[in-house]
Amino acid sequence: MSGDLHVLLQILVMAAVTALLRFLPFWIFRDGERRSGVITYLGAVLPYAVMGMLVVYCLKNVSLLTAPHGIPEAIALLAVAALHLWRRSTLLSIFGGTAVYMLLVQVVFV
Amino acid sequence: MNAKTARLAFRASLPVMAGYLVLGAGFGVLLQDRGYGFFWAFLMSLSIYAGSLQYASLDLISGGASLITTALMTLMINARHFFYGLSMLDRYQDAGKGKPYLIFSLTDETYSLMCAPVPEEADPRQFRLLVSVFDHCYWVAGSAIGGLLGPILPFNTKGLDFAMTALFTVIFLEQWLSSKNHVPALIGLGISAVCLAVLGPDRFVIPSMVLFTLTLAALRRRLEVAEDVR
Repeated sequence: MSGDLHVLLQILVMAAVTALLRFLPFWIFRDGERRSGVITYLGAVLPYAVMGMLVVYCLKNVSLLTAPHGIPEAIALLAVAALHLWRRSTLLSIFGGTAVYMLLVQVVFV
Repeated sequence: MNAKTARLAFRASLPVMAGYLVLGAGFGVLLQDRGYGFFWAFLMSLSIYAGSLQYASLDLISGGASLITTALMTLMINARHFFYGLSMLDRYQDAGKGKPYLIFSLTDETYSLMCAPVPEEADPRQFRLLVSVFDHCYWVAGSAIGGLLGPILPFNTKGLDFAMTALFTVIFLEQWLSSKNHVPALIGLGISAVCLAVLGPDRFVIPSMVLFTLTLAALRRRLEVAEDVR
């Protein structure tokens, strides 16, 4: 275990670099200056692509080649989609899907 | 502060509340496991406020990684936030005094809520600021609770972190259902999946983001003709 001061400095570094990354685009493309059409267009379409990436990101450590071959994730994702198409209630879909997943990894695919 | 706006913002933030309390608590428990109690979890969640980095930081902290390594890891894990800012330039254009806070608190989950339209009856400035503040509170509270109650947690939490996967899936579905043009969503999903398969789990995020941003830019003419892309 490292000293508390070092941990404090590590936290400071992580906070500073994260904030830098979040502020950078706003500094580069400052308000008032005319932005090119492509930046405005990207602002409109990127959210759709990013959300697809975030779903993949959450599943990145699932191995299809070793047991249980991503089956619990596949079933739970289907449960989320089915619940959502049925009721369109965000909370129900999230809690329902998570409950299904917990049941699968704790009881079924142990 | 408008009470109706506050109510609408609270309601919009509920899915994130679920995810953040759970994931925040998970982080608090794990950090406490490594010998750093709830105060550390509280401090980190308040100042860093980035979920996947904080989980990755467990090894950095208990392994005593150097500050350079810590900075590089942060850069790699959080570079995607640069792209979030890029797509929020217009939405945050006249956000008023709260703008620096909105930018500081733009996490994956808050970003996903900011992509949804602001309810008609709500004041947009206040609504966005409140949603951001609520989300931050959930994350900080979840982490502190995890650090405090971790040792006495009575049930098996394995698989609880699926809540975040479910949240992103639901938002992806909502975006899918509310737009007629699915090309941007499919490009994001497809390119990320291919990059994951080729580059592996630790290196695929930035290449995917660069690739689908370039692909979308190249398809601009064709996609702008289809007016469903807002």
